Order: sequence, then C-alpha cells, then structure tokens
Amino acid sequence: MAQPGDFRARRVAGRPVILVRSDDGQVRVLLNTCTHRGALVCRTQSGNARSFQCAYHAWTFNSRGELVGVPGEDAYSLSFDRKDFALAQPRVDSYRGFVFVNFTPEGESLSDYLAGAKEFLDLVCDQSEVGMEVVPGAQLYSMRANWKLLVENSFDGYHGLPTHQRYFQFLVETGGLDMTERLPGRALALGNGHAVIEYEPPWGRLVAQWNPVFGETKKAEIETVYAKLEAKFGAEWARRVSRTSRNLLIFPNLIINDLMAVTIRTFFPVSPDYMEVSAWALEPQDESAEDRAIRLDNFLTFLGPGGFATPDDVEMLESCQKGFANREVMWSDISRGMNRAEPVPTDELQMRAFWRRWHDLLTLRPTKAEAQRAA
Amino acid sequence: MLSTEKSAALRHEVETFLYDEAALLDEWRLEEWLGLLTEDASYHIPATDTPDGDPRTSLFIIADDILRIRSRVKQLLGRFAHAETPHSRTRRLVGNVRVRSVEGDVIRATANFAVYRTRMEQLDTYVGRYEYVLVRQADGGLKIRERRAILDLDSLRPQGKVSIIL
Ligand SMILES: [Fe+2]
Repeated sequence: MAQPGDFRARRVAGRPVILVRSDDGQVRVLLNTCTHRGALVCRTQSGNARSFQCAYHAWTFNSRGELVGVPGEDAYSLSFDRKDFALAQPRVDSYRGFVFVNFTPEGESLSDYLAGAKEFLDLVCDQSEVGMEVVPGAQLYSMRANWKLLVENSFDGYHGLPTHQRYFQFLVETGGLDMTERLPGRALALGNGHAVIEYEPPWGRLVAQWNPVFGETKKAEIETVYAKLEAKFGAEWARRVSRTSRNLLIFPNLIINDLMAVTIRTFFPVSPDYMEVSAWALEPQDESAEDRAIRLDNFLTFLGPGGFATPDDVEMLESCQKGFANREVMWSDISRGMNRAEPVPTDELQMRAFWRRWHDLLTLRPTKAEAQRAA
Repeated sequence: MLSTEKSAALRHEVETFLYDEAALLDEWRLEEWLGLLTEDASYHIPATDTPDGDPRTSLFIIADDILRIRSRVKQLLGRFAHAETPHSRTRRLVGNVRVRSVEGDVIRATANFAVYRTRMEQLDTYVGRYEYVLVRQADGGLKIRERRAILDLDSLRPQGKVSIIL
C-alpha cells in the first residue's frame, strides 16, 4: 500500500472495513458503511481509489473518509453538515507495520496491549533491514471447528510428529532433515494472553540457517547474511533471528509463525463449530527474486490448504469438534510441562496462557495492569 | 491453422485424454495417473484472489514440481495423509474442452471443471477451469507438462482445503 489511494477491503471480526493510504500519506481504517443509509461504500477487495462512492445514492467520500459529494444536497435542512457524515473510524495503531484496529474508543494503547509479544514481532521483522511485506496471494479457507482449536494447534509442538509424519517423511526423502531429535527450545507466556514457542528448528532458513535443500551454492551467501545480522544486532539477537523459529499468538486470534517461511494467519468464528481463516506470506521487501521463489516454495510445502501439513491440521481439528459431541468427556487436558520449571515447545504452557486470559475475560476478571489502573 | 477435420480430431483426442485422466483420479488410480505426466511436469492452483499469479512471486495454494507431485501421490496412497484417510469419493465433470494452440509437439488446451468431493457426510464442490500444456510423445500419445487448476471461488469456504488432486 505504497501509493496514496491504495486500499484493501477486509472483514475484521465480521465487520467490513477499508484499510487505505489516504492522500495525506496516512494509513487509515474506515468503516465500510455509508453514513447515509448503510450500504457498503467499497465493494471491491483491493485497488487504488481517489474516493469511495456509495452505489445506492451516490454519496461520495474521499480517501480520508470525509463526505465530499451529496447529490441534491438542497433537500436537506440548514442544520445538515457534511462533517457529521464522515465515514466512521475505529481506533488504529500500528507496530512494526502491523496495523491493528480497536472498535472501542477507550482503552489501553496497542503497545501496552501487545506487552511481551513486541519482542517476538521484532525478531520476525528484524529479518530485513528495510522491512517486511505481505506477498500477493491470500490463502482464504475455513475449518468446521471451534476457533480456539486453531489457537491451540498453531503452537502445539506436541502434535508435530504424529499429525505431520508425511511432511517430515517428505523432508527426510529430499535430504532436508533428521527428525529424531526433540526440538530444543522454550514456551513463554507474554502477558495479556499472548504466548510463544521458540525453538531451534529442523528446517533451513534463508535468514540465516543453511540446509542441504538450499544447495552448496547458497551456503556462502547465507553465512554473509548471518554475519551482517551479527554485526548489526550482536550475537544473541542474531542467533535468535536466524537460528530459531517461533510460533507466536497475539491474543486472541492472530498467529505469526516464523518457520521455513513466515505466515500471518488470522481467523474468526462464524458459529461455535465453524471458522474462517485467512493466511498470508510475509517476506523481506528487499529479498532477491531467487530468494522470494525459494521462500514461497518452502511455504507451500508445509503450509496452507494445499500443503503437506495444514490439511491434516484441518482434519484433526474437525475430528476434535466431532468428538466433543460426547459431553461425558468434559475436559481437554493441557497440563503438559506443569511439572517443569521451564516448559518446552512440546509442552502446553502456551495454551494455558491463552485459555487463562480467555477465562479471565469471560469471568470479567481484570488483568494485573487493569487492576493497577483501577487502584 | 489445422484443417477443420484435423482440429476436430485433435479436440476429440484431447477430450478423451482428459476424461480418462478424470476417471483415474476419481478411481484413486494415482500411480497410473503419474504415468500421464512428463518428467518436468507441474501442478498449480493459484490463490483464489490471484488467479493470474506466478508461483515465484505470489502465494499459491499448490505449486508442485514433479518431485512434489510424486511425493503427494505417495502420501495420499500411504497411511499418514489424515485428511484423506479414509479417502474421499470424488466425481469430476470435465467439459467445454478447447484446443487453444498447437506449436510443434506442444498443445495448449483449456477445460471447465466441477469436482464434487464427498467425505464424512460432507459434500464440497470445486468449480473452475483447467489450463493444460500437453506434449506429443514419440509413441504418438499425449502427456501433461503443465496442469493448472484455476478456481472460480472467492475462497476455499467452506471447502477448507484441497487434499485431493484437483
Ligand atoms: Fe500442525
């Protein structure tokens, strides 16, 4: 969305919104609802527009959401003021290029909300010196399962081998890895329900962990990338950016998985047993054409509705949803790692962090920060 | 330009080839289906919002080279492709077959499809068009070099996935 007028129409929490770069260069989110009689003012998914004109009665709004055209305006009384009819705008803030909306006018800042998750967004974004970008092409799919099952599944290190055996077999056959070792790493609660698993992955990463599948020719190049990161950020941060993967949950429904490629995934419940999922690939803006092709290829091998892994996740979550029909089995057990001081990615601390926050919200229990503010 | 007679014969040949292919896929005779592909074959499904995409620059749903196609078949016929264990039942309607160009051994053809997939009492429908690049073999037969399935769907909702070969 580099040019003024560039826009994307999206549905967030079931609400139609327009993400637009206005003519003043600012990124805004406009509620896609005509302030006259409610029709969508934008009915295309993406493009560039100087203005948005409602097709119903032709009210026209500029890229800042201001009402700039009303046919037959003389029929309104003297008190009619165009300023009262600008497209509504929710609260918007961004972090490292990720734009978040908040439909409540008051409340904590995005920075406070993200809490410890910011560090992990930094690790994802520091892969590129100039910034990351979403590649064209969205994987828009669905699951016949409760949305919270996808939260659990998106950072469940325990299910990797049994659910995704066929993917790992493929990697072994193509010379990519040996999966006999447990993943060394950790699971962390990051505050406000956010959580992450961070681990040394079995797959290669262009930033910057060489793997036989990349071929000998890439070896020197990948080492140069690593040396550059080390010079810029120091050894420890460079090691984490390059040699660890992370599956990050921003509570409640945003997943950023930094694996063999980076996926952004968000999902919304339509009903208790059905969710809509949208996923994108996030890649360095400045990567070479060759690297982009490699990253996209790696992405597709594992991820997405036609990959060698995601379809089996869909199957397992739908299978859970069917199993839940037996109310006699009242609980899912997520106690793995409760006996360990420092739980690992195949434990379930990350899921407990999510569910505790979810439970607090449903029972109206305040967070520590909220309790402090109230005091 | 081919003569009318020759082009009718070629279209008939391509139609027969695609119908036979559809039957192999519906009958899960996937090893035999692999035999219809060239050694450098590709199988692509672009994202539903980027139907004209290039897999080197945009995210696809599937962008398999021949190694990945073979692995996909092996997985689907094995024990660990949970999404297709047990197998779906599928029924493919392939129609509006058109030969678009002939250059030497290379024939470009398009066709429309509706693929019905039934599994666990759920019916999912995939609608779209195929773009094929077929290559005339030394023995006179045809093989598939490129196979692109372009969905006429806004999203994979409620289908959720493409775990069969579309
Ligand atoms: Fe999984």
